[in-house]
Formats: sequence, C-alpha cells, structure tokens
Amino acid sequence: MADYKKPLPTPDPVTKPYWDSLKAHALELQRCGGCQQVLFYPRPICPSCMSDNLTWTPMSGRGVVHAFAIPHRHPNPAFGSEAPYVVAMIELEEGARMMSNLVEVDPTPEAVTVGMAVEIVYDDVTDEVTLPKFRPR
Amino acid sequence: MPNSSLSGKVAIVGVDESDRIGVVPDKSMLQLDAEGARNALKDAGLTLKDVDGLFTANISPAEVGEYLGIEPKVVDGTNVGGCSFLIHVAHAATAIAEGRCEVALITHGESGRSRVGMPPRASSAQSMLGQFEEPYGLPRPAGSYALAASRHMAQYGTTKEQLAEIAVATRTWAGLNPKAMYRDPITIEDVLRSRMICWPFNLLDCCLVTDAGGGVVLTSAERARDLQRHPVLVLGMGEALDHNLISMMPDLTNGPARISGPPAFAMAGVSHADIDVAQVYDSFTYTVLLSLEDLGFCKKGEGGAFVSGQRTAPGGEFPLNTSGGGLSYTHPGMFGIFVIIEAVRQLRHDYADQGERQVKDARIGLAHGTGGVLSATGTLILGRD
Repeated sequence: MADYKKPLPTPDPVTKPYWDSLKAHALELQRCGGCQQVLFYPRPICPSCMSDNLTWTPMSGRGVVHAFAIPHRHPNPAFGSEAPYVVAMIELEEGARMMSNLVEVDPTPEAVTVGMAVEIVYDDVTDEVTLPKFRPR
Repeated sequence: MPNSSLSGKVAIVGVDESDRIGVVPDKSMLQLDAEGARNALKDAGLTLKDVDGLFTANISPAEVGEYLGIEPKVVDGTNVGGCSFLIHVAHAATAIAEGRCEVALITHGESGRSRVGMPPRASSAQSMLGQFEEPYGLPRPAGSYALAASRHMAQYGTTKEQLAEIAVATRTWAGLNPKAMYRDPITIEDVLRSRMICWPFNLLDCCLVTDAGGGVVLTSAERARDLQRHPVLVLGMGEALDHNLISMMPDLTNGPARISGPPAFAMAGVSHADIDVAQVYDSFTYTVLLSLEDLGFCKKGEGGAFVSGQRTAPGGEFPLNTSGGGLSYTHPGMFGIFVIIEAVRQLRHDYADQGERQVKDARIGLAHGTGGVLSATGTLILGRD
C-alpha cells in the first residue's frame, strides 16, 4: 500500500473519531443533541442550532445516490489512469450527505442513477487510512 | 430592505482588458493586472494618482498597491472566487457613496493558461477539502459543477442538449467579438461530440483557460458626468455565499443567486422585463442555467426550456453573454471582471457601429457572477445614465 498515490486525508482533532471509526470498519457521525440532526462533516458546533452536545453515533451505512459525476480525466495521474470512475454524493438513511466513490458499477450514466440504493464498503487504502466507498445494494 | 438611497449614486467610468488577452506567455500575472488597471484608468481619463480605493481578489491589495504605486484609504481583498469583482463593485459603490473614497479601482490579472508569476496550486490534506473531497478524485472545478448539474437533470429533466444550447449561443456572440479566443460557429452536435471531460460535461460545456487582465474604475455619479465616457450607474447590488465545498451545498439545484438577486432588483427598482442585456458568468453551461433560474428569469426547473431555441443568441429575445463569455471569449480562472467590462460597454453603446454586436437601445443591464463551486454570487443592475 506504500505505492498509494492519491491524496490522503489528514485527520484534525474534531474529525479524528470519524476517521478512527472507518479504520474499525464502522461509520460513525455526530448526532446533535440540540436538534437531532446528523452532521457531516464533523464539527465542534452544530451549524443548525449552535449546540455543542454532539454524540458520535453508528450509522447504517445505507443510503441513495443524491448526485454523481463521471470524471474522464484528472490532472493527478493516479486518478487519470483509472478514469472513467464515479464520484457520487451519497445521502445516508440518517439524512447526512457525503462525497464518495461509487464502486462495483459501470462508470456510465446508464448504469448509475440518482436515487439508486447503495451501501458502504470500507476501502483500506493504506495501513492508516480507510475511505468510505459505496456500492449498489 | 436594501438601501435604495445608494441606487444611482455611483458610476462605472472606465473599463478595459489588458493589452492582449488569450495566450500571453510573455507576461506575468502582475503585468496583466497592471495593464488592466492602466487601461481602465485611461478609458476613464484618470490616473493612478487619482485612485484612493483599491479592490483586488486573487492578488492581495498590498501586492497590487505596491506594484502600481497606489496608497489607498479604502482597501478590499474579498476573494470568494471569480464573482469577487462584482462584489467589489458593490463594496466600492458603498464606500464612494459614504464619502470614504472618491475613485475606486478594481483590478484583476491572471496567467491562468501560461502560469507566469502565479502562486502554486496547493491544498492541505487537513483542510475540509483535503479530508472530505480530494480523496475521491473529483476534478475541481469542472467535476463540482458536473455533480450539481446531474442533480438538476435528474430532478427537472434538464438535458445535455439544453445545456449545449448555451454553449452554441455564446459561441455565436463570440463570432462578433474580435477579442474572443474561439469564434467559429458550433452546433449542439459539436458540443455533444466534443471530448468528455466529466459527465455530464463535454469539453464545450466548460470555460476556456486563458491569460488576461482587466480593470474597472468607479466614482460618484456627480463626478462621472464631468469625465470622458458615458457613465454607467450602479443601480442595484447584492452578494451571497452559501458553501465552500460542493458536497456542502445546501441544494445543488438552488444557488446563492437566490439570495444576491432580489436585493439587487429591489434596490434598482426594476423588474426582470426591464433588463435589456444580461451578462451571467459562464464557467460552465450549467452555471448559466442555474443562475437564470435563481435570479428569477424563469421558474425553478425551467432553465432548460428558457435557453432552448437559441433564445440567448444574437437576434434572440434574451441577449446573454454578448462578449462570447467565459466559454468562448476569455476565462483566465476568475472571469468576473470581464462580466462587468462587457456589461458596461453594452450600456455605453461602445459597439454602436458594429451591427448585431451592440444590443440596440440597451439601457438597463444585469451583470452577475458565480464563484468557487457555485459557492458565492454577486449581482449588479447597471443603468445607462
């Protein structure tokens, strides 16, 4: 995995529990005790109600494709050499929306549809980092 | 309520591009900026020594001020993407109306294509972008706009052909502009057959990448009447910002123009039917479609129908992006200053002897910019004095 050439995230103090949960092959996001919304990305203060009563909560890992794009080129050869591939906004059952890749699907607008049901897969891209990806379910 | 007492108090009195635009590998970003500033001041009949308000975006006001020898008493380096310059007009008009400065200069220079004197492109792996978007390989900015367009297509049935209508009409306008980079006519088929960049965008759905500078000069409407060019009044203004990352956009089919548009129209006291000519920042075809809906020129979801049948081309009912826009005229990375320049030239009737290039009897114009990844907007209503 040392030859992983794509950009890797570096956690910060607020986001570390999120990245730690993925490494453990779970998906945990913050639920706000003030307004009950599930937040993404992680924050120290709820952007809806300003509460800091935020609890890390396991998610189902299920959702739907909210929007998608299919890059056919990318300035970074690590991505460019794999194009076309699918980048999607996933709307989780719990309401939060996150960017990810859709895998195990043809990268064509015929095969991918908005509203398509998906589930999480954990992609251990390095020893330190696991990325959340999604596949059709 | 927008402060309507500001309406018409300040005028744009000079605009111009750098000496050359397009592919300019022999000039740096700062040189393009300086040329745009000088040429706009010459257009106004003013000099650098007259400037006491300085507005810049991609290069800091300190860097530009030093380079040009300006010691401003009002400075503004607001940078929220390519629409920043439209927002600068609003800030400059406010500062001039309040008497905080007398002559405001807005400048831009960018060696977007040749990358001469440009800062490195850098992002942090610990930023929100670095953590929550970059690992997935969405090319910015094209991919971000493409993602949003896919949602509009699914939700409202907008088609790639409808998006292509915008590219085709804009290219026809470019054919009338000798400064435009691409001037040969194209068809909807040409757009659909051009290289796929990031579905749903083909190459011809995307703006150019060029080298260019530009400048805009403002002063009070009162002083403007003693200057050499026909004044163009700032009648209404609005600005808005609702996200930074495309994945954080509250609604991919509703942009910040829904916030910046209404106060601009209200301040100007004009309706949509009063707009004779519109310049709407066209980073991508979808940017235009979304902006027209958000600004209220048509209902939400009807943008595709609105632009169909070449309604925005020369001779059409809705003259739009009459320079050839970012899609065909020039686009160094941040296009907003050129949106203003063309809006002003149309309202001054600079093209009066150039046939269809001039929108006949244009008196009220809209200049609208979108920056970032549909992140921020600036809306101006301008009027021929």
